[in-house]
Amino acid sequence: MSSDSIDVRYVAKLARIALTDEEVERFGAQLRDLLGHVNVLSELDTASVAATAQVVESRNVEREDVPGPCLDRETVLAMAPARQGAFFRVPRIIAEAE
Amino acid sequence: MQTPFKWSAARTARAVNNGEVGALEVTEAMLQRVETLDERIGAYLTRLPELARECARSVDRRVRAGERLPLAGVPLAVKDNMCLTGTRTTCGSKILEQWISPYTATAVQRMIDAGAVPIGKTNMDEFAMGSSCENSALGVTRNPYDLKRVPGGSSGGSAAAVASYQAAIGLGSDTGGSIREPGAFCNAVGFKPTYGRVSRYGLVAFASSLDQIGPLTRTVEDAALAYDAMAGHDPMDATSIPRAVEPTAGALRDDLRGLRVGIVKEFVTEKLGPDIHALYRRAYGELEQLGAELVDVSLPTADYGLATYYLIAPAECSSNLARFDGVRYGLRAEGSDVGEMYEKTRAAGFGAEVKRRVLIGTYALSSGYYDAYYVKAQKARTLFSRDFSAAFERCDLIASPAASSPAFPFNAKSEPYSMYMMDYYTIPMSLAGLPALSVPCGWIDGMPMGLQLAAPLFGEQLLLGAAHAYERATTYAIQREPLEAAV
Repeated sequence: MSSDSIDVRYVAKLARIALTDEEVERFGAQLRDLLGHVNVLSELDTASVAATAQVVESRNVEREDVPGPCLDRETVLAMAPARQGAFFRVPRIIAEAE
Repeated sequence: MQTPFKWSAARTARAVNNGEVGALEVTEAMLQRVETLDERIGAYLTRLPELARECARSVDRRVRAGERLPLAGVPLAVKDNMCLTGTRTTCGSKILEQWISPYTATAVQRMIDAGAVPIGKTNMDEFAMGSSCENSALGVTRNPYDLKRVPGGSSGGSAAAVASYQAAIGLGSDTGGSIREPGAFCNAVGFKPTYGRVSRYGLVAFASSLDQIGPLTRTVEDAALAYDAMAGHDPMDATSIPRAVEPTAGALRDDLRGLRVGIVKEFVTEKLGPDIHALYRRAYGELEQLGAELVDVSLPTADYGLATYYLIAPAECSSNLARFDGVRYGLRAEGSDVGEMYEKTRAAGFGAEVKRRVLIGTYALSSGYYDAYYVKAQKARTLFSRDFSAAFERCDLIASPAASSPAFPFNAKSEPYSMYMMDYYTIPMSLAGLPALSVPCGWIDGMPMGLQLAAPLFGEQLLLGAAHAYERATTYAIQREPLEAAV
């Protein structure tokens, strides 16, 4: 585990968060500090240990595939920042061909 | 007659069920209390007077029709990360500041069905990330025992509401200590049930494998009543456990005879200073005087709890919070294309702590680091469960501090890691999914302290029973009133 390698701009791009230069600086220092602390985990011998994803009686949950009540379309769309008819409206995703 | 806003949940339900007082009368007294006081405490982000009166009238009708409700007319504060139809659910975040819940969380609905009356939605650290409520983007909550100090977090609003008699029961959520630590800071009982005991349906997700809803109350009995009302399988939450719930309110104990209480040798209280060390030695002694046998137990992984937690929780949060992208609900900042819209929306909508955790989680899950960080932390998590299993071979309950200090002044923990350290004692139990609570155990510089008790998985009955014996015998919780009650 090496903590000096964190590239805050790249991670922010993955996380879809725009950062100011000041934030890149400040978060970079804080995240390196935190990674320094979490690196103590390398002291633990976990070679023969299975990972835990769920602590209690993990199992698959299934049900009959029958339709049930769900949220009303209007209720849901009323909360959208922008809508067009029955759709969520978003800025352009694919650039127009020249 | 004592003013009804001061009543415990048990007493309120008794009085309303007996027809001694109407739920509406209790509700009006509580709404008046909040009106007078909350400007100074800041427990609530949203008050719900109309809904409260409507629920109270419904309780009165049901009682008149002959029903007996376990929480009849009990004023309820709901942490603002739980949905309640028609009310704002902000999570203390700008990104959800105007979002109205389209449905009601199972836990909240069960409380209302049992007769509880929602008074309002309470302040919290943004998306439950924090230990002081200072990470709320929407308001400041003050500790009712010293207005210059924090109430704890992340469920600080619910803890402050309960402590200042602005609700009898506050719902909180606990991921690494977010019910237990504010409970300790505000002289309240803060109870986190076994993971999966209370449905998470309608709780805005932070770290799904750790999040659990539970009550903050002024008495252990009230915590038991709330738990009995909320616990149990819910088909709407795939991680809720389909296993019968043992009722706890009828199983409260008056002594600890026949119980072995484990003291964790790695939890060295000397490092907390002589006063706090002495306070916890006294608390362990009090458990012994109640008939418990104290035994030394070991959690060899104790010092790795924070590191494990601060990989797993951010990893899960970075995934859960991906849904806040400005498309379907919540804040949107405009951008020239969809990618820019996402990035600007999340930059404007999230506060610094949320951004830090999303970044660290994204990093821990990213290609090349996944095995070194996330998988490693999940393997460490297995060791916590093993350590606790071994410890519980030797004891029935584990006792420890709930937090490493009393409530601290605002802005005292400016470096993220110093704030994370507050959860040193509560995180191991969260990693193992264990039921645990904080119960008042004395005072340091006029501020309340909490004793944490933890039980094996599904040991709620024993846990609440034992905490009740401790509370009755020691009476710390009722030794001091919050500042505001004296005004």
